[in-house]
Amino acid sequence: LTGSALLSQGALLVLAPALPGVAAKTKAWLTGRRGAPVLQLYRDLGRLWGKGVVYSTTTTWMFRLAPVVGVVTPLLAGLLLPLNGDAAVLGFAGDFVAFAGLLALGRFALVLAALDTGSSFEGMGASREATFASLVEPALFISFVVLALATGQQSLSGMLGAAGGPGSSWRTAATSLAMVAVSLFFVLLAEASRVPVDDPATHLELTMIHEVAVLDHSGPDLALLLYGGALRMALFAALLVGVLMPRAELPAPLMLAVQIGGSILVAVAVGVVESSMARLRLSRVPQFLVAASVLASLGAILQLLG
Amino acid sequence: MIVERLADLLLLLVLLSGFLILGTTRLTTCIRAVAVQGGLLGLLPLALNPQWSVHTIGLALGTILVKAIVLPSFLTWAIREAAVRREVEPRVGYMASLLLGIIAVAVAGALAARLPMVGEHPVLLVTTSLSCVIMGLLVLATRAKALLQVVGYLVLENGIYVFGLTSMDRVPFLVEIGVLLDVFVGVFIMGIVVFHINREFDSLDSARLTELKD
Repeated sequence: LTGSALLSQGALLVLAPALPGVAAKTKAWLTGRRGAPVLQLYRDLGRLWGKGVVYSTTTTWMFRLAPVVGVVTPLLAGLLLPLNGDAAVLGFAGDFVAFAGLLALGRFALVLAALDTGSSFEGMGASREATFASLVEPALFISFVVLALATGQQSLSGMLGAAGGPGSSWRTAATSLAMVAVSLFFVLLAEASRVPVDDPATHLELTMIHEVAVLDHSGPDLALLLYGGALRMALFAALLVGVLMPRAELPAPLMLAVQIGGSILVAVAVGVVESSMARLRLSRVPQFLVAASVLASLGAILQLLG
Repeated sequence: MIVERLADLLLLLVLLSGFLILGTTRLTTCIRAVAVQGGLLGLLPLALNPQWSVHTIGLALGTILVKAIVLPSFLTWAIREAAVRREVEPRVGYMASLLLGIIAVAVAGALAARLPMVGEHPVLLVTTSLSCVIMGLLVLATRAKALLQVVGYLVLENGIYVFGLTSMDRVPFLVEIGVLLDVFVGVFIMGIVVFHINREFDSLDSARLTELKD
């Protein structure tokens, strides 16, 4: 447990809500609009935190629990990522399974809460959320397998941190790591519910995925869910930066700066994607997600061929 | 070393364009992907043989001319003439095609590692060639549009071409030219057939070939 690890965890907590803002600003700028300020989500969170909560009479404790689980699980998952580029707060062999499992648990709670409301729209949102999550997971796991093969390490600290480090494996496994990076970017777009999988700006119940599942939450509960979503995006951005940037050779303070700067660049890339393409038709989304798995598998095959 | 990396990159892009053909819903994207694949295959001999001879350069130029320029524009022309711009209409879905494609690459990789001739060539070369052949067969067998079967045949031919590159130093370039001519003639005939189907039945669906009577 080092100071820089704790510092980077703190940076994750504080800076995560800025990432959706950066993506939205990039999108607005590229489409010739002024757009909301980058720090808009902080204001929204503050505003929502001060509001009261309305609970439907049909809901149970599950509905109240879900927002808390939705924030706690990405926080715990964040402890497993080596955000400072060196080593994570927690790390053990096979912790990438725990990483994926924690994020899946958060989604599971959200899906249950959506079903708990008894609303047919939310049930639809829950079903879509669960379907697409099940297609994202193979891509994530195969990406981890490629990272494990490329670095010979079994924990996230080893795969992305100083111990194994993509820094050295980029020289030997550049093609498969590039495949993994693209695949993880697709996974990020799906996990953070961004275009082309989902559109965070839409409010038409028939087409939304993530937004419809949180439709009944209000006040601090909604604030927690929004914050949890921002954390999720930050985690996947950190994962992507960890794969792309060989940070092990850099001095410690610079590594954190590279992590933050890289995450912002990922958010800009998300904004560029959003402004350059439309949301996919729902029936085409699985195709997109399977393409992510295919890219990761191609990376694994290349890695196994040597 | 760098040259070998470049060849690997080209082969990888060839594979990815194959996946694009399997996963896309649009005919024009398919044709563009085949054109890109042809261009990449044209650059491949240059990347594989660092000492460029007249033969290598001629082969590269000829391949790019035929596979990346002439044939795709021929296919585009066929689309325009036959007025088909609809979706690909696969008999096997896009997701299943993509998954079959990745299985094809895995099988091709396993086979390529076992072939005795691999030693002197990059494993990826043989893998790419075998996977292109399987992907081409997949497109040939699962797409309803006659035009896409031409695309599938082209992908298959590209696979055979890549396999031919493994023995480029031993076999004279006549073989390569023969392959190119083969493709050209094949597509030419199939283009005529496509028109014929289109004129007779007002459709490019090859399932309706069974309605032909003499």
